[in-house]
Amino acid sequence: MSTMNITITVNGRDRRADAAPRMTLIDFLRDELRLTGSHIGCEHGVCGACTVLLDGDPIRACLMFAVQADGLSVTTVEGLEDETGALSAVQDAFWETHALQCGYCTPGMLMAAQALLHENDDPSDAEIREAISGNLCRCTGYQQIVDAIKLAAKTLSTERANA
Amino acid sequence: MKSAEFEYFRPSSVDEVCTYLANGDSDAEWKVLAGGQTLVPLMAMRLARPTHLIDINRIDALHGVEIAADRVVIGAATRQRVLERTPGLADALPLFAKALPHVGHFQTRNRGTIGGSIAHADSSAEIPLVALLLDGAVTLHRKGASRIVPIRDLFLGPMETVIEPEEIMVSVEVPIWRGAAGSKIGVGFHEMAPRKGDFAIASAAAQIELDANGVCIRAAIGVGGCGPTPLRLHDAEALLIGQTPTDANITTAIQTIDAKIDPDSTLQASADYRRRVCPELTRRAITDAVTDAQSKSPS
Ligand code: FES
Ligand code: FES
Repeated sequence: MSTMNITITVNGRDRRADAAPRMTLIDFLRDELRLTGSHIGCEHGVCGACTVLLDGDPIRACLMFAVQADGLSVTTVEGLEDETGALSAVQDAFWETHALQCGYCTPGMLMAAQALLHENDDPSDAEIREAISGNLCRCTGYQQIVDAIKLAAKTLSTERANA
Repeated sequence: MKSAEFEYFRPSSVDEVCTYLANGDSDAEWKVLAGGQTLVPLMAMRLARPTHLIDINRIDALHGVEIAADRVVIGAATRQRVLERTPGLADALPLFAKALPHVGHFQTRNRGTIGGSIAHADSSAEIPLVALLLDGAVTLHRKGASRIVPIRDLFLGPMETVIEPEEIMVSVEVPIWRGAAGSKIGVGFHEMAPRKGDFAIASAAAQIELDANGVCIRAAIGVGGCGPTPLRLHDAEALLIGQTPTDANITTAIQTIDAKIDPDSTLQASADYRRRVCPELTRRAITDAVTDAQSKSPS
């Protein structure tokens, strides 16, 4: 079957490539663009490991075909650090509170957390749990992840106050 | 788990979709791709194997929410998250506002569509249930014709509807309960799921109108996951209408449920378990709806 030539803006850069229609966005990111930060857990929309931002909104990249993202903008975990390579506040908070063990769920958790803090700068515990309810972690335990997101919210609000 | 190969089309108008669907030959399986939150997993597991996929996400006419005086018209491809965030939704369709946060997770609501959820006709899904209770209807188009089907006539069985292979759903229309003078409207929604946002084992929804004296003058009550389709419980409604809802008459009303439901046993829960939780979830939904109505100021 025919492939399509598509352009997706990934982490601010236009990336052009051929994709067969059945190639999912997550496979495109990992296999074509070699952006292997986003993970694949279940490949059918259950685990959240593949979460990326599509035009700013968190989505499951295994439930979308790459051709559907043609002309749209995607942010992956690789897009969280700044130009100097410094960790974002959310990444730093995960490190600080031991919110990862094997790291398999981490890119999805980070993107979900990033999206939450973008909308809500002072989330309650319940709101944080709701925001990561679509992401499975099989080893760290969720408590440190909740702690990390709370810490990130605090860091960001301090940064804003000092800005 | 990868989808089988297919040809991909991304038309920009409903007419083009209808033309594609009308031209499908018998060897080809044409399928409409909306949010993909159900179809894509089914394709990954090879439970669905369309040969031709029509992506309707970029058809502007299928997106949008319009709140009119007596109804809300929702484009079939409107994202669940967009509806959830529509200003005025909680006033116009409080039961939708209450149920939408239970639909999947926010990553899936960002893609999943209102029309897609209804067309998929999962008996345990929230949107088909509340659309049924509020007497919603869908508009279906095919090449050269269109028809309106009330939701109560739409579902044939699990994941089966009267929508023909040549048809596409373009919009969903849901009447607004405006309420009689001095009356108050309240809603309740409860579900049982292994993890918040997962498929519900059973769910119950209620929208109740109380008059100025606290007497129930209108009720819409129903359950999901307890039969082949979402179910409206007219008997329970009839027992509440004309009454001032109390724990006692709510109990009487939910006693009618057992005879109406026909739950299956699944991996997640047995039919017996569903029979036990379904009336209780309904009790909670009705009680919440009554409390919610009582807390409102009269219309
Ligand atoms: S890999 Fe996408 S949700 Fe699991
Ligand atoms: S850190 Fe191992 S799955 Fe979450």
